[in-house]
Amino acid sequence: MTTETPTSHIPLSARRRWRLGDVLLQGIAGAAALGLAALMVLLVVEVVGQAHAALSEFGLGFLHTSVWNTVKDTYGALDLIFGTLVTAAVALLIAVPLAIAIGLFLSELAPRALRTPVGTMVELLAAIPSVVLGLWGILVLGPFLNEHVEPFMIAHLGFVPFLDGFPSPVGLLPACLILTLMVVPIVASISRELFTSVPGELKQGALALGATRWEMVRGVAMPQVSGGLVAAVMLGFGRAVGEAIAVTQVIGGSLTRPDSIYAPADTMASRLAAQYAGTATSLQKSSLAYLAVILLVISLLTNVAAQVIVRRIQRRLGHR
Amino acid sequence: MSAVGNPLVSRGRRARRRKLTGQIMEVLATAAALLAAAALAIVIITVAKRAAPALNVDFFTQNAAPFGGAGGGIENAIVGTLIITGIATAIALPAGVLLAIFNTEFAPRRLADLISLTLNVLAGVPTIVIGVFIFALVVVGRGQSAFAGSLGLSIVMLPLVARASEEVLRLVPSHLREGGMALGATRARTVITVILPTAIGGIVTATIVAVARAAGETAPLLFTTSIFVGTAVNTDPSQAMASIPMVIFSYSESPDPHAQQQAWAAALVLVAVVLVGSIAGRLLSLRTRRQIEQVR
Repeated sequence: MTTETPTSHIPLSARRRWRLGDVLLQGIAGAAALGLAALMVLLVVEVVGQAHAALSEFGLGFLHTSVWNTVKDTYGALDLIFGTLVTAAVALLIAVPLAIAIGLFLSELAPRALRTPVGTMVELLAAIPSVVLGLWGILVLGPFLNEHVEPFMIAHLGFVPFLDGFPSPVGLLPACLILTLMVVPIVASISRELFTSVPGELKQGALALGATRWEMVRGVAMPQVSGGLVAAVMLGFGRAVGEAIAVTQVIGGSLTRPDSIYAPADTMASRLAAQYAGTATSLQKSSLAYLAVILLVISLLTNVAAQVIVRRIQRRLGHR
Repeated sequence: MSAVGNPLVSRGRRARRRKLTGQIMEVLATAAALLAAAALAIVIITVAKRAAPALNVDFFTQNAAPFGGAGGGIENAIVGTLIITGIATAIALPAGVLLAIFNTEFAPRRLADLISLTLNVLAGVPTIVIGVFIFALVVVGRGQSAFAGSLGLSIVMLPLVARASEEVLRLVPSHLREGGMALGATRARTVITVILPTAIGGIVTATIVAVARAAGETAPLLFTTSIFVGTAVNTDPSQAMASIPMVIFSYSESPDPHAQQQAWAAALVLVAVVLVGSIAGRLLSLRTRRQIEQVR
């Protein structure tokens, strides 16, 4: 492929130029790496800086106060934390089993002809912009849930505390389902890779001992990849907690804590998206930035933890 | 194993039950995969169906009708998205490739690990937080601009470009690198004349995927390039610009059916861009892999 002449044939000046180029390339590439570090530091500093007023005014009390009152200019995040955790938890509750099943289907069960198209479709689900999913959520999914699903759920599951209430086209439920659509592809593609990485001799050994395919998965493959699945769930959680646009479109932006899963509510990311551009007071803006700080901390924790777990697994597989 | 009751009978029953459990689980897993595929199909078909009435030449060549009347289009938003995403690519592509080169060619293993970790963490930062960051960094005191939006998108793109470029640079067989060195070429010369040309396909792929992703992002634009006067096409990046995601976002909350129709049409444009980009990226990356493997 390369037809380069040895450098000795190149005039000295050119050789010197390339040696200089060596230093230059390393310098520029190194500068990019330093730039990345600076970007991360700047990101934290600027976002915390925006939140400074709220941080010193409310301190950690912000986390367990539920008032969000622009007239009295006092703010707390408790209801938003509640909304964030409920939507993320319900989304994960639905998405994780589905996604693991999809991962299993794609790695163990699917005939070769189906593997690529179905795998591609699951990955394309992750590529749909969140604003488009939100548009679908507010104009199609929300009204559908309101008319058909929620009355049915209230009639048949109303005895469960949080599942009783009144139908609404916007609220927690559509937000949970939209987040489910976003989390499934993330967890599914990771679990597919995990199941594929389980050594074939282990799987075949289990099958040769007379285990059914499901018993092989449960008894041999699952224990091998359980750590990785935890990491996948953490990444999914980070995604669900941080999604702002689609959630703000479908959740209804309520200022009070919802009394049922059908009622309008709000999450931290959604409140941030809805209010940050047009705030009444500087303390409100700063309080919204406080929400951004909380989101940043959650994303840093979940991502670093997931990375550490993945590295440990890679090292284990590498040593084998 | 169990010696309870008649071993032959219980064994037969157990075998049947085990087989049945296995079959049920396999059916469930297949159903889950079909459900996800169906969800994608439903969203795309709905978008296409609802967009159809609003899709015409005017939609691409006109700006919004004054006072939200019927007719009109989103030319200003299409131009805006092209410019904002273009500038973001011009920032993220060189930065990402340089990071990848640093990681594969120069950085000691531990530093390279740390950089990969940082990139993964950056990729996990919620895009709305990136919006707040750019707002604080650029917009405060200077006002909104398309350039601020581009900066936000470039942060979304950077980890995508850098990670995928690094992956493809690592695929370049070491004998090519060593061959370059053995001929007496310096590292820089080997990188520029041997390694990058071999990996260019993968870098292009990564860029396409990152552009498709960035074009659909709303959150980094929300506080940085969302407030502008008039509906005319604007090509000055120091001013705020309209963009396709922002059109969808603001029209989606409008009760006006005409505006909703425009939102669906804009969504179809965006989905088409993103899907074509992602699929093209997938196909290209398969091809690049095959080519590099041939060199091997």
